[in-house]
Amino acid sequence: MMSIEDKRVLVGFLEALFNGISIGAVLLIAALGLAIIFGLMGVINMAHGELMMFGAYATFVVQNGCKELGGVWFEFYIFLALIISFLFTAVLGLILERGVIRYLYGRPLETLLATWGVSLICQQFVRSVNWLLVIGIVLFSLLFFVGLQILNYRSNLGKVRNWAVAVLLFLSLGIAIVTGNLFSNQQALTLPWFGAQNVDVTAPSWLQEGISLIGVQLPFARLFIIALTIVCVAGTYLFLQGSNWGLRIRAVTQNRSMSACLGIPTKKVDAITFALGSGLAGVAGCAISLLGSVGPNTGQNYIIDTFMVVVVGGVGNLAGTILAALGIGTANFLIGSGTLAFLFSPIQPLADLLNFFATTSMAKVLVFALIIAFLQWKPAGIFAPKGRTVDV
Amino acid sequence: MSQKFNRRRFFIYSSATIGSSLLLKACANNSPTATESPSVPSPTATGSGDSIKVGILHSLSGTMAISEKSVVDAEQLAIKEINAAGGILGKQITPIVEDGASNWDTFREKATKLIDQDQVAVIFGCWTSASRKNVKPVFESKDHMLWYPVQYEGQECSKNIFYTGAAPNQQIEPSVDWLLKNKGKEFFLVGSDYVFPRTANTIIKAQLEALGGKTVGEDYLPLGNVEVTPIISKIKQALPNGGVIYNTLNGDSNVAFFKQLKGAGLTPDKYPSMSVSIAEEEVKAIGVEYLQGHYAAWNYFQTVDTPANQKFVAAFKKEYGADRVINDPMEAAYIAVYLWKQAVEKAGTTDLDKVRGAAYGQTIDAPEGTVTMNANHHLSKIVRIGEVRQDGLFDIVYATPTAVDPIPWNQFVKETQGFSCDWSDPAKGGKYKQV
Repeated sequence: MMSIEDKRVLVGFLEALFNGISIGAVLLIAALGLAIIFGLMGVINMAHGELMMFGAYATFVVQNGCKELGGVWFEFYIFLALIISFLFTAVLGLILERGVIRYLYGRPLETLLATWGVSLICQQFVRSVNWLLVIGIVLFSLLFFVGLQILNYRSNLGKVRNWAVAVLLFLSLGIAIVTGNLFSNQQALTLPWFGAQNVDVTAPSWLQEGISLIGVQLPFARLFIIALTIVCVAGTYLFLQGSNWGLRIRAVTQNRSMSACLGIPTKKVDAITFALGSGLAGVAGCAISLLGSVGPNTGQNYIIDTFMVVVVGGVGNLAGTILAALGIGTANFLIGSGTLAFLFSPIQPLADLLNFFATTSMAKVLVFALIIAFLQWKPAGIFAPKGRTVDV
Repeated sequence: MSQKFNRRRFFIYSSATIGSSLLLKACANNSPTATESPSVPSPTATGSGDSIKVGILHSLSGTMAISEKSVVDAEQLAIKEINAAGGILGKQITPIVEDGASNWDTFREKATKLIDQDQVAVIFGCWTSASRKNVKPVFESKDHMLWYPVQYEGQECSKNIFYTGAAPNQQIEPSVDWLLKNKGKEFFLVGSDYVFPRTANTIIKAQLEALGGKTVGEDYLPLGNVEVTPIISKIKQALPNGGVIYNTLNGDSNVAFFKQLKGAGLTPDKYPSMSVSIAEEEVKAIGVEYLQGHYAAWNYFQTVDTPANQKFVAAFKKEYGADRVINDPMEAAYIAVYLWKQAVEKAGTTDLDKVRGAAYGQTIDAPEGTVTMNANHHLSKIVRIGEVRQDGLFDIVYATPTAVDPIPWNQFVKETQGFSCDWSDPAKGGKYKQV
């Protein structure tokens, strides 16, 4: 049998391993969607955090709905929430792509700015959304887009078309705003759905506890997230390598014009890739609702870390992203919990330095510094794209 | 002249049209930041002849909104009740609400705006010590008045701030005493990384040393950060068989901490935690399942059994809904408005110097019990410790028999040992050494 000391070291090692993997898993699932969008399409999506936030809010809504139904629905609402978050954020990503990103391909700076603006809009939308706003938006969309379709049928408009579109825009905007004002004194319609505060997402009871294995405490929520991450990564890999659409996505990534010549509908491929990335962001949002609070600013807490993971992992490479996420997660844990300082305790000056960084705030600083140093050595990330880089 | 009406011109003309119409609308309508409370009387452009303007400065968005929005509600309720009873000196009170947005520079900006532009008679505001420290120079340089309703770390006594929340000897110190007597001698200190937790932990460490307890560890999380795994791992390492966790986290981090504490197997029977920033509102937001059995130290809980409290709770629920809860900062803000009202009535004017002098010695039958404003700008209050129970409210497990007098300069910390504060005596002032 092992001595107490050896057992403690083993338990410590296993705990460090598990904790590093679980932090890394959270980073990975958050960064997966971004890696796909950034890696495969070269689009810098600053609204990625907000898509995660929408996924978390979708989980909240599903939780409330299942609370009403009660019983077995509430126990397993998390699985329903995963599916709904994925679909909801995929649709949002589609709208974002059609509405904003499509016009900005090949222009990374404009995409960055535009998506950052979208992220601000999303944050405020969640704070102030109420029935009135939704009614207004639905009314406007109906009037404007249906009107646009009708205009398109009448092909004899020619030069007048631009004026007609402008008039239609103002008219539908005006009608929506006036309708909004008419109902603005109705309390039930103007009450915000969520408000600016955070909302309470409580995990089902079987996800709240943990089990103890060989002295290492494994919380179920963390195990669930690790399992979810493995499923998502495997699913993404199989989709990209094994399915027809995955083949088309990879073709368009490598050479857009040639793929178009071969008959691949590039616009549809872009839309599907973006929807996939956004859907994965929604699933990540559902996962993080188990760990922390869900509020309009939840996305901001994760966006920096996700970009770090994608940049360190190398653009366009799934394996790189996985390695980078696990590496950053482990480094964060080892430095922040003082384990590294403990390991180096024989070497006093090094141990003192690491002890200084052994709080969570300072650990983040050291991890950032290490990443900057790493990027000096390998600017394109762990797995740099080989061959001629397609200019972005 | 033949013009080609192409897309470029269309965009230029339409954006010019939209831009100018928006500009006109913005210039015409100068309404202040709106709140979600339906009972706000909109400030009119009429002069201050028949109304007294007061400022309300809290975070309505950002990481602190979870806590501060309800404080605004309590202040609005007090103002509404005072207005309904006839106002102050025959005039109605008009509140002007500004959003600090959990950004301490925004707090300073808005405070300056309220004092200079809106010319308010007084400001009720702030929650985090960082926001208060940032606006303090504004109030001191303009010689204005802030009523600050939240418990804090002490080590401050400004002429221009009235503190209706607890000083450390009215919250932190009695809780550490109670924990040493009832729960254990080994403490792990967890906090958010800013002035209040750091100062509070200095006080706690000094107190533990003086009373025979032991600080086994200390860790800080950036405000809003949710990655608590390293901290939990450290706690397990430092307290392998259980111990006390003293929690000074603030805002979103609390949600993450307690959710993951439970998952990590650190249950309150072996690892009781004492929090000074978790009250009824936060219990609701985090979830009772994660907090049941943990402790909090405050002067007021919604379950306090006084006639004034029953009236207050009923009025609040009637105004804002039966599922709302009330916590200590909300009650402290509510009585701050009433204390200010009493001072104004005694002084007979809203002139700041006279109101300040009239505030000393003011006493009120508050929902938490009788409180008295001391010359050191702090309130004497009863100290209570509560345990989270199943319905999300607190069981009061301990209460001091009488009100505890406030000591703003902490006596356990070497630099401030022996100092006191007395603004009613010009010879003494904010920080003088008691001989």
